[in-house]
Amino acid sequence: MSTFWSIWVTVIVLGTVFGCAWLLFATRKSQTTEVETDRTMGHSFDGIEEYDNPLPKWWFYLFVATCIFALGYLALYPGLGNYKGLLGWTSANQWEKEVAAADEQYGPIYAQYGQTPVPELAKDEDALKIGQRLFANNCSVCHGSAARGQVGFPNLTDGDWLWGGTPEAILQTLHNGRMGNMPAKGVMPNMTNEQVDQVVNYVLSFSGREIDAAAATAGQAVFAQACVACHGPEGKGMTALGAPNLTDNVWLYGSNYEWIRETVLHGRQNEMPAQGGRLSDDQIQILAAYVYSLSN
Amino acid sequence: MKHEIVEKNIGLMIVLIILTISGGFLAEVVPLFFLKQVNEPIEGLEPLSALELEGRDIYIREGCHVCHTQQIRPFRAETERYGHYSVAGEFVYERPFLWGSKRTGPDLARVGGRYSDAWQRQHLYNPRSVVPESNMPAFPWLFEDVVNHKATAAKMTGLQTLGVPYTDEQIAAAAGEVEGKFEIEALVAYLQQLGTVISDKR
Repeated sequence: MSTFWSIWVTVIVLGTVFGCAWLLFATRKSQTTEVETDRTMGHSFDGIEEYDNPLPKWWFYLFVATCIFALGYLALYPGLGNYKGLLGWTSANQWEKEVAAADEQYGPIYAQYGQTPVPELAKDEDALKIGQRLFANNCSVCHGSAARGQVGFPNLTDGDWLWGGTPEAILQTLHNGRMGNMPAKGVMPNMTNEQVDQVVNYVLSFSGREIDAAAATAGQAVFAQACVACHGPEGKGMTALGAPNLTDNVWLYGSNYEWIRETVLHGRQNEMPAQGGRLSDDQIQILAAYVYSLSN
Repeated sequence: MKHEIVEKNIGLMIVLIILTISGGFLAEVVPLFFLKQVNEPIEGLEPLSALELEGRDIYIREGCHVCHTQQIRPFRAETERYGHYSVAGEFVYERPFLWGSKRTGPDLARVGGRYSDAWQRQHLYNPRSVVPESNMPAFPWLFEDVVNHKATAAKMTGLQTLGVPYTDEQIAAAAGEVEGKFEIEALVAYLQQLGTVISDKR
């Protein structure tokens, strides 16, 4: 704040405090008596008169006390322009102290967990309790409070992984996020509607649910052209690309004919937001252990 | 001074009342108009794109600010949950600001990038489908209505007059950028940039 505005603020603030004090004493001056009497101000409006009595003493001293409090407050806290106050208080350094106190208390615990390998941490009851809370705060909104997921958001308890379920893969997913992208009609943009029908039947046949056996057989050729690049020749998927295994009957976007057809026709884009910029490395380590513990 | 003089001269009384009640404004608000800290954007802050700006207007139209604040206070409990506390320089292009005053839902000051676009869309279509205990209303019409692109340029020109550094090229391209977009796209674009200029680990 420039000197001008600093003086501006100081003058108005102190002026207000002293102005209030002056008003208090100035109005008291005209009082001739310390005790209450029946004397009136001498005016009458519609028969209503006003006593001419001094302010009750307790009330007067309360006003004096507020002025003294204000001056004490202004001495201790920043209220007068650039003057920092005897306590040096700011909202930011109050926050810093709060955070430093918390770090001192929880820092060593987190640091210790942060260095423990995920599989070992996943057996630590206390770490899992912290992990469960972190999960509830940061992950449950998409994956559900029981981590069972829903359409479009993977179930983390079923042992089936799009991007791999090793501790390293889970850590990687948490730190950097994942972008899943299935193009419409795979890598065969000119797929005809008949071919879509065939390939859907073929995909359903992996779990023995094909509707039209002939179409399923024909679909194998379409699959080989449009889908194997990511899902592999046997439809077992590829964790490096986040391409799901199509043979295990676990479905992110619905398992019936209509849903799978929708997926083939329009593709699917999905994102796991990176947590590396939001949570500390130690917190992510604990979260990874919690997620790992759900299926191991 | 006698009471009588003040009480019987209405003009004098008005002047004295104005002086009295303006003290706080003069000391607490007026200096802020001239304070660098609150008038200069933080590093990296860009004005909202045309689509985000339309999203912001939808945010206001639907009353999101009534239940969601956009200010993280400097308390550990808040910064742990929402991220770095809000600073004045983040809001210099906000007219009007959308800090809000009541949290029926969570604070949104740094919701940008926190959830995927798909989640935001599904949540706005039916909040209960992703958060079963949510009491947020559903906004399914955002998926049917398209943004009115005719007013976008005028809005940006207005903001430019008020000091938001939009270039004339940006304003000229504005209508084309939002034409035919569904309202949900604009709103999600707006939400996904909220508070992303400042980021730090909790």
